[in-house]
Amino acid sequence: MTDTLAGGAKPQNNQHTNEQARGRLRKRYAAESRFKWLGAGAVLLSAFFLLLLLSTIVFKAFPAFRANELTLPLNLSAEHVNPDNLTGNNYDTIISDALLSLFPQVEGRQERRQVRGLISSGAPTLLRQALQNGSLTPGGTVEYALPMDDFADLYLKGLLAADSAETVLATPQSVAVEGNEAELRFSDDSLLDAAREAGALEEDGGALRLTTGAASFIIYLGGGAVKITDLAPDADAGVVARGPVLASVSADAAGPVRLRVIATPEGQRKISDREIVWVDQLKADGRTASAWNTQFFFGGASREAEMAGIWGAVVGSALTMLVTLALSFPIGVAAAIYLEEFAPKNRLTGFIEVNINNLAAVPSIVFGLLGLAVFLNWFNLPRSAPLVGGMVLALMTLPTIIIASRAALRAVPPSIREAALGVGASKIQTVFHHVLPLAMPGILTGTIIGMAQALGETAPLLMIGMVAFIVDIPGGFTSPATVLPVQIFMWADFPEPAFQQKTSAAILILLGFLILMNAVAVVLRKRFERRW
Amino acid sequence: MNKFLLTASAATIALAGAVGTAAARDQIRVVGSSTVFPFTTAVAERFGQSGEFQTPVVESTGTGGGMKLFCAGVGESHPDFTNASRPIKDSELETCKANGVTPVEIKVGFDGIVISNSKAAKQIDLTKEQIFAALAKNVEVDGKVVANPYTNWSDIDESLPNTKIEVLGPPPTSGTRDAFVELVMEEACPEAIEAADGCTEIREDGAYVEAGENDNLIVQKLEANADAFGIFGFSFLDQNADKLQGSTIGGVAPTFEAIAAGEYGVSRSLFVYAKKEHVGAIPGMEEFIKEYTTDTAWGPEGYLADKGLIPLPDDARAKQAEDAQALKGMGS
Repeated sequence: MTDTLAGGAKPQNNQHTNEQARGRLRKRYAAESRFKWLGAGAVLLSAFFLLLLLSTIVFKAFPAFRANELTLPLNLSAEHVNPDNLTGNNYDTIISDALLSLFPQVEGRQERRQVRGLISSGAPTLLRQALQNGSLTPGGTVEYALPMDDFADLYLKGLLAADSAETVLATPQSVAVEGNEAELRFSDDSLLDAAREAGALEEDGGALRLTTGAASFIIYLGGGAVKITDLAPDADAGVVARGPVLASVSADAAGPVRLRVIATPEGQRKISDREIVWVDQLKADGRTASAWNTQFFFGGASREAEMAGIWGAVVGSALTMLVTLALSFPIGVAAAIYLEEFAPKNRLTGFIEVNINNLAAVPSIVFGLLGLAVFLNWFNLPRSAPLVGGMVLALMTLPTIIIASRAALRAVPPSIREAALGVGASKIQTVFHHVLPLAMPGILTGTIIGMAQALGETAPLLMIGMVAFIVDIPGGFTSPATVLPVQIFMWADFPEPAFQQKTSAAILILLGFLILMNAVAVVLRKRFERRW
Repeated sequence: MNKFLLTASAATIALAGAVGTAAARDQIRVVGSSTVFPFTTAVAERFGQSGEFQTPVVESTGTGGGMKLFCAGVGESHPDFTNASRPIKDSELETCKANGVTPVEIKVGFDGIVISNSKAAKQIDLTKEQIFAALAKNVEVDGKVVANPYTNWSDIDESLPNTKIEVLGPPPTSGTRDAFVELVMEEACPEAIEAADGCTEIREDGAYVEAGENDNLIVQKLEANADAFGIFGFSFLDQNADKLQGSTIGGVAPTFEAIAAGEYGVSRSLFVYAKKEHVGAIPGMEEFIKEYTTDTAWGPEGYLADKGLIPLPDDARAKQAEDAQALKGMGS
């Protein structure tokens, strides 16, 4: 064979190099590269979807991390605030007085109510807390920032009534203000066409009426604003526009006259034209400011979107996970060690093994039913408690930890055991001094998979009352609590639009919690890792 | 490390045993309907803000599940209130009585069920009969019961748009679905179908899409698809009025006023039941009832109206408040 190949000439009829063989080779190479490309494609596709998912969540969540606050001149003098009885003061009145002092022109019950609606209904509680914890001291008038109502907040973030356009108008020929009504006279009739386009109601004599179903026309002039409701062609080619004054107009203030058209009719948004003008005015006065949303990070649950916080759920999740870890890790690892290293291989242990493997595949709600029957009805443990939640989730996590731990123990080379036994170590010394430390990285991986699963679980918690609205931040293992995924689920279900951003933000917090948990496991795993 | 963890877990188990005999509950517990949940939670929050009592814990278990828990007995391991999107059933009342529970019924307001679509499309006028024709599994055509043949709205009536029937609505487990079936499907059901017991059956050929219990999801899908209609509670229409419009049913538009006046045909009453036996045993029971039944909460300008609850008429509200605060038990 060597002789014939010595000249370097290839034998023509070798079955590995002939035309058919090369064809087969090409086919195999093609299959290989097809598989490679498909694999890379699959990775790319999943990366794309992951990116899409994450970017939508981050994009949606972004507005929730900041909130607009309104700085109010609060009168905390002795006649309003009794420093000895901080719970008994009427904080509602202090706040609404301060708000109304910013809008001296506001009259009538309905309008006053609207003004008070600019600030969060949770503001009195926040003010009381600020006084109680000493961050505010009673006495005199104090400038203090309080959260705004969710709709005012959404408006300032540009998420409500965003479909507005501004144009500069020619200065009106005359401006007449009588009480709450204003009459503006313009020399050109461009306003009429704009109003017709916006769905104004046609009346006799060419007059137009902008009803609640049409777009809003607001004219800013003289430091104030007028809402246009009626338009009529004037005798000499001009237009007379009439409507209520939204913010007082002073005759001598200069500046351009601007027309703002908000396409969404007033009746169909949660913020009225009047409120828009007020909020803009507050913003121009520098009273509103966008601040880091501490209420979201450190507040408990609330039905008011601007007051709702995630901290209660974070604490609840942390307490629940602690119980889960403290129960499932030692029991799971101990069970795995016994089954793998000590238990005789007989029908009983075989039966147990099959059952553990089956338990790992049982739907989680079943564990919730078990928790309800055993922990609540039989042990008489309290409902909605992280202790019970942790116990139920520990039951769910156990099979995962046992299976992973057994695999990790089995992966430790027998030579390690034999060497230890050979130098005279007892069985238990062998396991705890040599086998277990080497199996630890694998055990930790299994634990973290189980814990991550438990962290995202809501179904078993439904049965034991943890799917609940709980305002107070849980103080211990037996106080009522909820967990992060439940909070996300509840926020996703509330009708107020501001909760949509909160939902995404809460998902990010849950992911952050998960990453933190995993990071701890990774660090521990690195410390135990051995190579042989 | 393992020794430590073993000890820790042993301690946890011991602790678990110890709290079995927990101290007396000083916190009100509410269970029940997910429809009433947003309102009761708002009341609970205000109640807790007053600082006198702890904030009640409100669970969303569904009306039926709530009744089961509520009627299970008297004692601190049983809830004090239950929310319901329908009146208590006779069978439930019997269970309650058998377990020594006397419920106090409080009718807190109305909820309308709306059929709505995106603002990008036209608002339409529907009758209950047309809705039945669009959604029922079997309909009557020329006196015969046939599987629903309608694919476009215009097949049902010329006046309706020529678009595919696509309605997103709640699944059968939902209370909203029960109420919708009762108030629309059963009322508009022709006799021939009633005879075949098919009034409650909704078509399964894709024209009706079960969109899950989450009404917000339906709202988002309607925004994306102008041809689709959605069925959900009035509060979601109210909060999203800039994007959605309600179809008129029988000529009446689903507005706050029309539902409050009882003119809008698809509305139901919402209830809260209190456990009379717990008054005095659990702190704050009477005060919580009072908080719920004052005009600042459930009145026409109260904070529950802002959340989308449609208040009872003035005289009915006064009567309900009086009965509730006097703890007038059912069947006693």
